[in-house]
Amino acid sequence: MSAIFNATRRDFLKTSALAGGGLLIGFTLPGASRLAEAASAFSPNAYIRIGSDNQITVICGLSEMGQGVHTAIPMLVAEELDADWSKIKMMQAPADPAFNNPIFGMQATGGSTSVRGHWEPMRKAGATARAMLVAAAAAQWKADPADCRTEKAMVLHKSGKKLTYGQLAAAAAKQAVPTEVKLKSAKDFKILGTPAKRLDTPAKVNGKAKFGLDVRLPGMLTAVMARPPVPGGKVVSVDDSKAKAIPGVKQVVQIPGGVAVLAQGYWAAKQGRDALQIKWDDGANAALSSEGVSKMLAEGAAKGGAVGRNVGDAGAPVAKKVEAVYEAPFLAHACMEPMNATVWVKPDEIEVWAGTQSQGPSQGILGQVGGVAPGKVKVNTMYLGGGFGRRFAPDFTIDATLLSKISGKPVKLVYTREDDMKAYFYRPASVTRFVGGLDASGKAVSFSACIASPSIMEASGFMKLPADGVDEMAVEGIRDCPYDFPNLRVEYARREPGVQVWFWRSVGHSQNIFFIESFVDEMAAAAGKDPVEFRLALLGKQPRYKGALELAAQKAGWGKPLPAGVHRGIAVAQSFGSYVAEVAEVSVGKDGKVKVHRVVSAVDCGVTVNPEIIRRQIESAIVYGLSAALYGKITFKDGRVEQSNFHDYPVLRIDEMPKVEVHIVASTEPAGGIGEPGLPPLAPAVTNAIFAATGKRVRALPINTETLKQS
Amino acid sequence: MISLSVNGKKVSVNDSPDTPLLWVLRDTLGMTGTKFGCGMALCGACTVHLDGAPVRSCTTPVSAAAGKKVTTIEAMAASPVGKAVQAAWVKHDVPQCGYCQSGQIMGASALLATNKKPSDADIDAAMSGILCRCGTYNQIRAAIKDAAQSMSQGS
Repeated sequence: MSAIFNATRRDFLKTSALAGGGLLIGFTLPGASRLAEAASAFSPNAYIRIGSDNQITVICGLSEMGQGVHTAIPMLVAEELDADWSKIKMMQAPADPAFNNPIFGMQATGGSTSVRGHWEPMRKAGATARAMLVAAAAAQWKADPADCRTEKAMVLHKSGKKLTYGQLAAAAAKQAVPTEVKLKSAKDFKILGTPAKRLDTPAKVNGKAKFGLDVRLPGMLTAVMARPPVPGGKVVSVDDSKAKAIPGVKQVVQIPGGVAVLAQGYWAAKQGRDALQIKWDDGANAALSSEGVSKMLAEGAAKGGAVGRNVGDAGAPVAKKVEAVYEAPFLAHACMEPMNATVWVKPDEIEVWAGTQSQGPSQGILGQVGGVAPGKVKVNTMYLGGGFGRRFAPDFTIDATLLSKISGKPVKLVYTREDDMKAYFYRPASVTRFVGGLDASGKAVSFSACIASPSIMEASGFMKLPADGVDEMAVEGIRDCPYDFPNLRVEYARREPGVQVWFWRSVGHSQNIFFIESFVDEMAAAAGKDPVEFRLALLGKQPRYKGALELAAQKAGWGKPLPAGVHRGIAVAQSFGSYVAEVAEVSVGKDGKVKVHRVVSAVDCGVTVNPEIIRRQIESAIVYGLSAALYGKITFKDGRVEQSNFHDYPVLRIDEMPKVEVHIVASTEPAGGIGEPGLPPLAPAVTNAIFAATGKRVRALPINTETLKQS
Repeated sequence: MISLSVNGKKVSVNDSPDTPLLWVLRDTLGMTGTKFGCGMALCGACTVHLDGAPVRSCTTPVSAAAGKKVTTIEAMAASPVGKAVQAAWVKHDVPQCGYCQSGQIMGASALLATNKKPSDADIDAAMSGILCRCGTYNQIRAAIKDAAQSMSQGS
């Protein structure tokens, strides 16, 4: 998008590739030197600190954006350490390779990877520390370690002797680090699988939790920027005389991303920004319109593209053909905390305070922007006021770094809500064309899909389109569709309208599951079959999909009567290693207004770390998905984004909130992700219920209530 | 100079009279518990109490707060209602990202200060202007009812 963003892509790629080579296997790393504090008597690795006062602190390099990772990670450690959960503390780690996400190979939070990636390393870290504490106790008692056990942060000997971890900390630090440790079997878990309370709640009810926007530094200036109103636009001229006349305004700075007003405090900076008189060159996208985007994508979906999967002959003649074209719009993340970052470029170091999902990549990018080595970029991760993928992007930290470098001051760059809404990094718009085939008995025999959308992989700056030309994220959820179609073909037609696209909660699944689960519902209707029965018949080789679908249907009372006017729809999906089915109970008013009364969800996310966090994340994703299904769209006219704030980009409110039930499938499978998988089935469950209620098929989001009006 | 009473303390600020109360609290007084979400009174993250009534501080000029009692999230533990609401929020583990929760708690405390036993419709009316993108609405509703009950029991 901005020149600087493009310029730094190469470095982003280099940084992540380098880090990608070193999968985090060892955990007996010395840890970041910044973590070494006098109070910690025993730091067996970068993730655990045990003080002589018996305080156990778990150090976590992942970002807390509401998904509960600052509770789940300590639970993993505490379980194997046999710590006293009620006394565990959590500390945010600095940016350091010791905290690389094993799945990404860099320090970053996203893709519902945290528990999946850290399930084993964090338990091993805890078990290692425990073994060293036991060894220290056994040495002190001149006893056999086999005669010792651990419980609630104590080592106990069979004779009845006991020592707390705090008492043993100094001696444990001198023990050899074991190379192999045995992990508990699930039946011995005392903490994992329990609804342990979130560790971040107390600070989040009294105003003390510090988010990026809450950072205050001595001598800091606040910046608000004017950005090109059209993607790719450039400044022609700036008249900043009125801006500079505003009390508190200190400096006006032009950078590749736009024109920034630096001032004492937000209000002066914002008034200054609003007073700038800028002539823009709108560039190549001056005529960009949503109609044009839809046309471009529809053409792509009709034409066909790179083949992502081909089984049998999806084009062979069939008894009954079902055809449909589906569309989803660009979406903004609309995190409650607008994007912001505070950066201080010092002579030989850059210090960053931000709610970021990408500490590792930030070090590489900001180091290049500020002219220091990646290791000289110190990242202080603040609480994230929502992330949803948006805070993986580097736009706000890059611009804050440039502004600090130019001004020589610590700078807090703040996006207004309008800036945030119009700053791109949108969920891609997409059009998908389906053709399905049924045999004379109504059995599904063929399925083909062509998905047209921009490429997130290419837009990301750290991934490239694979050799087959199929963007994995553009087709996910459709290419890997679980249904047993004997003939299947999936194609991808890349189309680039010129808008920076990005990861949005559940990424490609967010639109693709709406598409495919609606279309499969259409096939069921064409076959004259019940939507659940039709799916189950195609899921013979997919026990986990089937398990989730059956549990949701059973708990929702599928097939049983509902109050007058209320209808059910169902959908199922796998994303990020977890299987979720949802049943929505919906009524449609005469005015076309859609009311979702209840959503019943069944989730199979493998082994349960914290059932309450699982339930809350599924519920959270349902709300996020429902906001998008009912209201979400970013549209363009004359190159400009038409939405600006919550009046024209509405999100769900408490009076629209459905009842939500979440049922967890008991499982010993490896942990799946949980931040995102609840979202994809929501929209199709709702629109399939609308079909049940009205006989009208919703093929585009957000739901257009005009078309649902009963005349 | 504008004189204010913030959480029971008299303060004087030099900000221009049209500066929103939100930025006086956050930038001038360094009280960052009150959050910025939209700047247009559309999301409720900036909710504070002015003489006990909930207002959106992002669109309330500081001049409008002169001579009135401003109460923020930082002082909630000092009032019986605020304390009960915070306790219920902890009991139900309401927050996820937590960014909107100052506003939610200020909205809920203002409701419970005037309505000891709010119905679902009362909760909708009082809280529908305060947005949460994490979707904690069902927990907010449960916590408000819980706080109402704990206050009625005098606990």
